[in-house]
This record gives sequence, structure tokens and C-alpha cells, in this order.
Amino acid sequence: MRARLPLAALGLALLAGTLAACSPLQPWVKPYEREHLADPIMAFDRNATANAYLDHVYSVREAARGGDGAVGGGCGCN
Amino acid sequence: MQLSRRSRAALAILWLGTLYSAPSLTGVLPDDEAEVLYDHYAGDDQVIHGTTWLIRKKIGDSFSVQYSRVTDIVSGASVDVRETGASPYVEERDENNVALTYLSGKTTFAMNYIGSTEPDYISNTANFSISRDMFGDLTTVSMNYSREWDDIFKMEKIQDAQGGYIKIHDPSFGEKHMDERTYGVGLTQVLTRNMILALNYQAITDQGFISNPYREARYLDPTSGRGWSLEQEVYPGTRTSNAIGSDLKYYLPYRAALDLQYRYYFDTFGIRAQTVQLGYTQPWRNWTFDGTARYYLQSQASFYSDLYPYLDSQNFVSGNQDISAYHSYSLGAQASYQFTIPHASWIQKTTANVRYDRLVTNYENFHEWNLTNPSGGIEPGDEPLFTLHADIYEIFLSLWF
Amino acid sequence: MLHRIARIAARGLAALVLAVPALANVTGGPAPDFTLPARAGGTVSLDQFKGQVVMINFWASWCEPCRKEMPLLNDIYRQYGPMGFTLIGVNVEPERSSALAWLKQTPVSFPVLFDATSKVSQLYGVPGMPTTVFIDRKGNVRMLHQGYNPGDENAYLDEIRELIRE
Repeated sequence: MRARLPLAALGLALLAGTLAACSPLQPWVKPYEREHLADPIMAFDRNATANAYLDHVYSVREAARGGDGAVGGGCGCN
Repeated sequence: MQLSRRSRAALAILWLGTLYSAPSLTGVLPDDEAEVLYDHYAGDDQVIHGTTWLIRKKIGDSFSVQYSRVTDIVSGASVDVRETGASPYVEERDENNVALTYLSGKTTFAMNYIGSTEPDYISNTANFSISRDMFGDLTTVSMNYSREWDDIFKMEKIQDAQGGYIKIHDPSFGEKHMDERTYGVGLTQVLTRNMILALNYQAITDQGFISNPYREARYLDPTSGRGWSLEQEVYPGTRTSNAIGSDLKYYLPYRAALDLQYRYYFDTFGIRAQTVQLGYTQPWRNWTFDGTARYYLQSQASFYSDLYPYLDSQNFVSGNQDISAYHSYSLGAQASYQFTIPHASWIQKTTANVRYDRLVTNYENFHEWNLTNPSGGIEPGDEPLFTLHADIYEIFLSLWF
Repeated sequence: MLHRIARIAARGLAALVLAVPALANVTGGPAPDFTLPARAGGTVSLDQFKGQVVMINFWASWCEPCRKEMPLLNDIYRQYGPMGFTLIGVNVEPERSSALAWLKQTPVSFPVLFDATSKVSQLYGVPGMPTTVFIDRKGNVRMLHQGYNPGDENAYLDEIRELIRE
């Protein structure tokens, strides 16, 4: 079970990837509609250094680790 | 958890197959930035202050390099080490972090190396990650792999020729090792013009000496004056953990942002933990204000005990508060001010920032060991439960050029 | 349990991916006509430029590659304008304030139009930000270039010179 869980998650990620790559159908948020997503207040990595420090403070005291670190979003330019 | 070699190879090949994209379509490299941060943690008889210096620069159109240096100076010892009578100390940790990002089409490759050194702990980490924007940049899929090698020592104080004290590596402890491997996958999906959701999963496996040379567990000992004695902590030789995290961001029509994070964690120590965090970001003229509320809940490790019935009662023994059952909450607020520097048009943007977080942790089965007083009616195990309060300050300056 | 969640999520994502209509592809055909309000006042129609080579650049102030590209586009406009060439900037933002503020800092001399309702972006099936469309003297779309990376301006110049010669 333990080994299959990450494979399931990986499978999900690859499914999204291959469907997106093969699909002739188009995104529902158009590239020219990304104004709000491009706003710096919507960035996952705004204040990256400060958040990294806080994450370090928590991870040193807590048993839980990992499961953070989002990439993506933003203006989707180019 | 270990993915079999065949699974790993198959996944890598499948993954590489989706990486090809038309050369004219590319993502965007991170901005060039310089940053300096000063942080201060005060709580728990422990004061830690530190600085981080960071610089990031694009090289050509496809590469970005980043170097950061982190220094922490710790004074005092955390409560469980302190409760056992270990002496307070001042220690410095230095970390160098070098990262390289390479952009090819819609795929970003990143590698980074972290070297961390303190008198009794040397850690080296190599991290490799790939991310790909797809589906009109609505979807980002990512994968990361990380390997860490740690060398652990134990400091002991010995007298020098002048009658003072110096600290050296305890030869009877010698040098122990710990290896850690991390596998992670992530999926970020734009849901609407105003909403984006990131999901990620990470599996981490530690092997080797994953304990702490200074930590001791306590057991009931009627022969001792206070009713308990200490034994060396003994941890399992391996630990595997799984964490599933999510981060939802929502844009509010009057220009503000809501952030909701949830993480579920479980590991082979039997610990289950949940983290919930709510954030609110409000820009106003040249300012940006952030508020954060975080709640964390964990169950104890199966082998943990604050007070064992007798010496050597189990194969694994630990009185480490970090693996006990507890819940903690923290509230944080940040103010950022954006400005431009006159006559320096090469600097695109500068921000000055301050942040304060208040962290309160309520331990459910970790007591204040140094408050045992049998003659005063406080038997071992009847001491008050420990509560940790901490004030965390950060002040930082960021510059984009 | 997490297994089941992963499977449901995968099916949900597949459903989402498959439920979306197709995008227009204008390259090779006649350039759709449009009329938009202009920064200089009044309105501008694409029809006005029949007989000239037209380059349309879809941009937004929140788009970093767009901002990088604008001064170069301005240079191209000034250089080739007298040869029967025109460059039209179409700003895709619903409100003008950010675009106007940015243009104040980084002025350009080519006409800037405002496509606040995304009508023209949809018409041209803009696939990414920025997008540059090249229209020949007969009014046909000859090339659509998505994105901007340093060096792309050379591709633009090649296309412009070819279309001007016709």
C-alpha cells in the first residue's frame, strides 16, 4: 500500500500532463484573462525567504515534514 | 516507501516523454533579486537569531543562479535537553545554498546544493527538480528528488591546561551518519481567473542515526530522590513519512488574496499530523499587509513516553517533545512597503518588510520534568504539562534589478 | 482511502480537461476586422490599414515579456513606418489605468487600442501573452508569433521585410 500511494499520485500528475499534451481542447482561462493570477499577491513564492525561515522554525519542532512547496501560477506568459 | 528501480525508471521515461515542446514556447525564469533578512526567535529558554543573504541572477536567456547564506546563532537549549540538566550553550550554524535553474521550452530544471555546518552536525543535501507548464499554462506538473547526507557528532566539555573549558567531539560517541531521501510530486491547477490550487505529495525516508546524542528519556526510579532517572534515548534506525499538502489561493474582487493551506502527514513512527493555515493579503497604496493563522495538531510516536515504568522497558525509548502529542497555533502579521530608489533606475523595485509571529504550543503528554517535587506532593508524571510560547520576528529588505 | 481520492481526482481532472471548446486558428486566412477605442481618442479599425503591412501586438502591463518587448517594437515602428508598415498595440486589460500608468514610464509612439471585453483577443484566438500577428497588404494573416524571448525581434524584422517587399 505504501509503495502504491506515491505511484498513484505520480500517475495522477502524469495523467494530467499527457491529457493536456494530447488534448486538442483548449484552456478555460485564456492567456489574456490572467491579470489576477499574475498579480504578485497571488504568487506562491512571494516572500520566499521569509517563509523558508518560518518553515524551518516549524519543522525543527514538529514531527511533520514535507508536503509544501508549490510551483506554478503567475502570468503564464510565453 | 521505496519505489522499485523498475517503477522509477518507467516513470522517468514517461516523464521525459512529456517534456518535448515547440522551441518557441517557453516559461519564464525567476526575477533577479537580492535580499537580506534578519530573524529573531525568542521562546522556551532559547533565543535564536540569524541572518540570510540571498542573490539571484539570470545568465543569458536560459539560466538563473542563486546563492544564499544562512547563519543561525542559538543560545540556550531546547526544553527536553534542558530538563535533563544539560548545560546552556551558544552555537552557530552556517549554511550555504547554491541553486541553478535551467529553462528549456516549457520545462524548468532546477538543481540545488545545501551545505550546513554546526559544531556537532554537518549536513549536505542535493536536490533535483523538474517542472512543466502545460495546457495553456493552466497546469504545472512537478517532480523532485532530494538526497541528504548527515554526519553527527557529540560535543563534550573538557578542561584545558589553563583550567578553563573547551568543547571537543566526544570520541566514545564517534561519528554517526544519517541519510535522507525525498521523493515529491506536485500538481498546480488554475481553476478560474481568480483561483489556483496546488497539490503536492512528498515521501521522505531517513536511515541511520536519526536520534539526538544529547537526548535522554526518563523512567520511574524509586531509588532516586526525585522519583525518576534518565536513560539514553533509543530511536528506530529508519523512519518513512508521507505528506499530502494543498494550497488554494483566491483573488478577491477589491484586490486582496485569500490563502488556504492544508496538509496531512503520517509516518512509520505512528505519528499523524494535520496543518491548517489561513492567510489574507491586503495591498494598499505602496503597502502590502499579510495576516496568517496556523493550527497544527499531531499525535504521538508509538514508542514515545514522558515517563517509562522502568529502565529498558522498550526497544525504543524517547522523551522527545517533538514526537509527543500536542497542538499548536500561531498568528502572524506582516507589513511590506514598496519604494524606488532615486537615481538608481537599474533597481526595478525595492521592498522593506517586517513580520511578527506568535507561536503557542500546548503539549498534551510532555510534562515539566524539572518541577518534580515528591515531598511537595508533585509526583513524577504529575508535573504541569509543558506549554511553549515563542515570539518570532523577521525584518527583511528585497531588491529586484 | 487515499487511493480512491487519487482515482476520483484523476477522473475529475479528465472531465474538466475534456469539457472545453476549441480555439480559433487565424493563420493563413483573412485577418478578422475589428474596431477598438484608441489611446489617442476615437476608434481605430483594422480596415483603415488595407494596403499596408500590419503588425498587431497583444500585450498587457502585467505581462513581463510584453513589457520587455515594447521598446523594441517602438524602434521597429519608427524604422519601418514610412515604408507602408504599421504597428498596432492591442492592450487586453479590462481597465486602462495600469496600462496608461506603464505607458507614461515607457512611452511608445505606435497606436495603442484597448480591447477591454477581450472581443478581439477571442477573434484572433490569442494563444499566449504576448502574441504578435503579421498581416500582409491584402489583409491576410501570414504569421502568428506567440511569446517573446530576446532575439525574437529578428524574426519579426525578417517577416516585416518580406511582407513589405510584396
